[in-house]
Amino acid sequence: MYAVNFLILAAVLFSIGVFGVIARRNAVMVLMSIELILNSVNLNLIAFAMMNNSPEGHVFALYVIAVAAAEVGIGLAMVLMIYRNRRSIALDELSVMKG
Amino acid sequence: MSSMLAADVNVAQNVGFYIIAAIMVFGALRVVSGRNVVHAALWLVVVLGGVAAQYLLAAAEFVAISQVMVYIGAVMVLFLFGIMLTRATIGEESDLNNKNWSIGIPVSLLLAGTLVWVIVDQYRGEVLASPDEPMSTTAISDVFLREGLVPFLALSFVLLAAAIGAIVLARKD
Amino acid sequence: MLGATLSSGWFLENAWLIPLVPAIGFVFIILFGKKMPQNGSEIGIVSIGISLAISIGATFQWIDRVNSASGGSDYASGGFFGAFRAIFPTAADGGYGASFVEPVVKSWTWWQSGGLEFGLGQHIDGLAIMLLLLVTFISFLVQIYSTEYVSGDRRYTHFFASLTLFSAGMLVMVLAENMLQLILGWEIMGLCSFMLIGHWWEEEANSRAALKAFFTVRVGDVGLLVGTAIIFFGANDWAVEHGSNGFSIRGISAWALSGEASQSVLFWGGVALFIASIGKSGQFPLHTWLPDAMAGPTPVSSLLHSSTMVVAGVFLVARLYPVFFVGFDILDTTVNFITIIGGITIIVAAALAFVQDDIKKVLAYSTVSQLGYMMLGLGVGAWLPAVFHIFTHAFFKCALFLGAGSISHSGSHHSFDMKKDMGGLAKKMPITAATWMVSTAALCGIPFFSGFFSKDEIIDNASHNGYQFFYYVALVGAFMTPAYMTRATYLTFFGKPRGAAAGEHHDEGHDDAHGTAHADHDDHHDDAHDDHGAHDDHGAHHGPHESPWRITAPLIVLSILAIGSGYLNAPAFGTHYFTDWVEPVGVEVALDDEYGHSSGEEESAGIVFAAVQAGDEEYDGKAKGCGFADPSEGTVCYAPKLSHAVFSWSKAMPSIILVFAGILFSAWVCMGIYGDRRNPFAGLTSKFAPARWIHTLLVNKYYLDHLYEKVIVFAFAHPIARAAYWVNQNILDGIVNNVGRGGRRTGEWVYRNVDQRVVDGAVNASGLAASEGGHALQPVQSGKVNQYGALLFGAATVGAIVLILVNI
Repeated sequence: MYAVNFLILAAVLFSIGVFGVIARRNAVMVLMSIELILNSVNLNLIAFAMMNNSPEGHVFALYVIAVAAAEVGIGLAMVLMIYRNRRSIALDELSVMKG
Repeated sequence: MSSMLAADVNVAQNVGFYIIAAIMVFGALRVVSGRNVVHAALWLVVVLGGVAAQYLLAAAEFVAISQVMVYIGAVMVLFLFGIMLTRATIGEESDLNNKNWSIGIPVSLLLAGTLVWVIVDQYRGEVLASPDEPMSTTAISDVFLREGLVPFLALSFVLLAAAIGAIVLARKD
Repeated sequence: MLGATLSSGWFLENAWLIPLVPAIGFVFIILFGKKMPQNGSEIGIVSIGISLAISIGATFQWIDRVNSASGGSDYASGGFFGAFRAIFPTAADGGYGASFVEPVVKSWTWWQSGGLEFGLGQHIDGLAIMLLLLVTFISFLVQIYSTEYVSGDRRYTHFFASLTLFSAGMLVMVLAENMLQLILGWEIMGLCSFMLIGHWWEEEANSRAALKAFFTVRVGDVGLLVGTAIIFFGANDWAVEHGSNGFSIRGISAWALSGEASQSVLFWGGVALFIASIGKSGQFPLHTWLPDAMAGPTPVSSLLHSSTMVVAGVFLVARLYPVFFVGFDILDTTVNFITIIGGITIIVAAALAFVQDDIKKVLAYSTVSQLGYMMLGLGVGAWLPAVFHIFTHAFFKCALFLGAGSISHSGSHHSFDMKKDMGGLAKKMPITAATWMVSTAALCGIPFFSGFFSKDEIIDNASHNGYQFFYYVALVGAFMTPAYMTRATYLTFFGKPRGAAAGEHHDEGHDDAHGTAHADHDDHHDDAHDDHGAHDDHGAHHGPHESPWRITAPLIVLSILAIGSGYLNAPAFGTHYFTDWVEPVGVEVALDDEYGHSSGEEESAGIVFAAVQAGDEEYDGKAKGCGFADPSEGTVCYAPKLSHAVFSWSKAMPSIILVFAGILFSAWVCMGIYGDRRNPFAGLTSKFAPARWIHTLLVNKYYLDHLYEKVIVFAFAHPIARAAYWVNQNILDGIVNNVGRGGRRTGEWVYRNVDQRVVDGAVNASGLAASEGGHALQPVQSGKVNQYGALLFGAATVGAIVLILVNI
């Protein structure tokens, strides 16, 4: 197994997630893209754990998973609130913070 | 290619990896470029499963199981609930991309290119030894409860806060 | 005689109190006068009285001193008669001393600068004593007179204040130890003259007269300053060598006679100083102010402009006589500057006195003429007769003026016009008339009155000293003086009463006449008008009457003196007390070997005497002595040795004849012109054209006023004023305007180009840049999550690339 495999895979997933964050209009889609990013990070961590043969990578990956879960919960709660107020979750229309 | 036949390379492992990686990438692409929100969620499930499979290849069994349980089991369900509650149209939907979506292409390509170049530059040809046995849960928990105790407890707070926050945010007052 | 110690005394040593007391009196009158019961006049009278007392004491002590210098200790034998003989020694007692009498000199240094010491002091010698006594006495009488004459005046207190200050100023000048003090006193007198002439300044004529007096005298004062400076620079070196300085009168006198003085310095210094005398003493051509000064109240005219202030010029020449003696070479020539001016003045003023209607103006011109006599006397080398004439003239002229005041006060109802309001007053005002007659007789030089003894000596000495031409001039003056005085006397006291003297003044017309005459007057009709006294006795009497005692008493005193003062120096009767006491003896005086420097305020500064020497005792005129030969080694001269003409009745005959001729001629003419008798003189000016021309010339005062005011002043002032105005309007204002215009145009240009375009442009551009920059950057903050994500990741990517590139 080549070391570069995991890392390149993670990089590609990361990029695709970035693309999703930039391009997608639906707030939920953006959150999904963020999940892609987080998973790519996890892959990296596990890869490095394997390289160094240490459990800390795994621990960290578990942290990430837990935090990701919390974040998705909050994020979706916010999306729901936005949907309640505006009847739409298209991020294009959410520009009240425009400066 | 000849490197694939090098002595230390576990060919089977590599091949398996590539197949799963291809499926993952394809799925990820379908997530970000599909027209159907529900389909995108389901493709995300595919990606997450692929990630779990990669974990197994990397001898991270505990993390793989956690991934399946938490991510696919909870997070994705949450996503689907969210999609449902926000009345996403079942079926095709136009205009899922915003106005300036095209700027994402160069950004992501550049990012990917940079990262890949760095990785290849550093780790070219390095072969990971396949582990004899998967990472033991004991070792992980040891780290959790020794060095990583504070983050572990903090994490519990985070989750608590998230739970409370989600409830507060989402109640209909 | 050698080594006789001179007696001194408290009064002589402290004679500096004499001017000090009236000066303090002046301050008190200003501060407290209005609150006093007599409105300040009591302070004035008391202060002058104290000065008079001190002066009398000083006079006695000076006489003692003179006698002691001539070895007069023999007379100290007892009793009243011993003292009387001590004062009036007869020739048998050998009292005709010819020793130098050292003056009592003190000085206090006020300020030193560069080796010069300026100070005040006293220089008491015979001349100073005479004038101190004279000024204080006349001031005292005039102040008593004024309490009646000026009573009820609106500025009564200030009148007495000015009068007292004047006395203080003149006394300062008289006993001045140095030229600066003399100038100080001179200026104080000028100021007081201005204030007093313009006492009723509400009338424009009075204030103009005051200004004219002041400015005319000022023209002369330039000469005083220039002369003092010239003499100072000439005398200082020599004087400092001998322990004095260039301002000290003693130093200047000694320097002038030392033979080391440059003749031209003395000449020009003398000319400059004499110009000051011309102004102050009303000599031709600066005499024009004196008649106009009659606009002041009559006490002022009698004190300032007849007896005391106007003789300041004569005093100046007499005081610094060595300067003039050597500078004008008085005893070696037959004509000099002083005699020319004096002679012209005598004739010119006497002629003008003939055509005056105002009685005070007659007396004013008479004063100018008599001052001309005094100057003539000094100019011909007759020092003592001229000074004696000051003395006698003061008494009878003051009496004449006070008499004129008495007439106006009680006889002519405040008018001084002889033709309109006087006439026939001899019966109504006997005392005034009698004193007037006596004083006129003294003025005319009728024998046995005082004026004869003084004026005749001047005339005699003029020919004795070789000034033959001026002898004749003086004789002509001696004819004219009684002539105009007879005319004035006739118009005033004889003939038919006219106008107010006839009792004509109407109550209802009274206020109108006053109103029209004093158009801009305020409502206080009981205030004094230009020559008027109070109307306190208005309702009680009508018609002329004799004046109250406060007016007539001084008149009587003065007229007694007008007779008696002459006998102090009547050569006809062998008395020469005045000569003994006043004339400085022109002998050489030894200097002390060590020059005393003043170690305290009490010592006399300067030249100290070891012993006094007697000089020639014979009056043989021009042989030798001070002023003719240089003083010998170790001695100085303080006064020139002058000779005196010996009196004889035969020499006096011409003037006596002329006097009586004048009286008779004038009486005849007057009776013709003004009286009933028809004689050839009646209507002369209308029949005979040259007479008319002369009359017009005289009435217009030789057109001198016209010359001064309209020609000289106008010629100087007008072009200067026009030039100054032109410079101001065109150059100065032009500069200012152009600067203003230039400034404005520059401002506008700067505004348009720099301010609007450059500065505002920069400012606007910066603002525009900021706002446009903001506008340009605004899309970054779109509020859109996707975009923020794009930026975030894009920036991170770029950062990573940079990091990689840097670390390659």
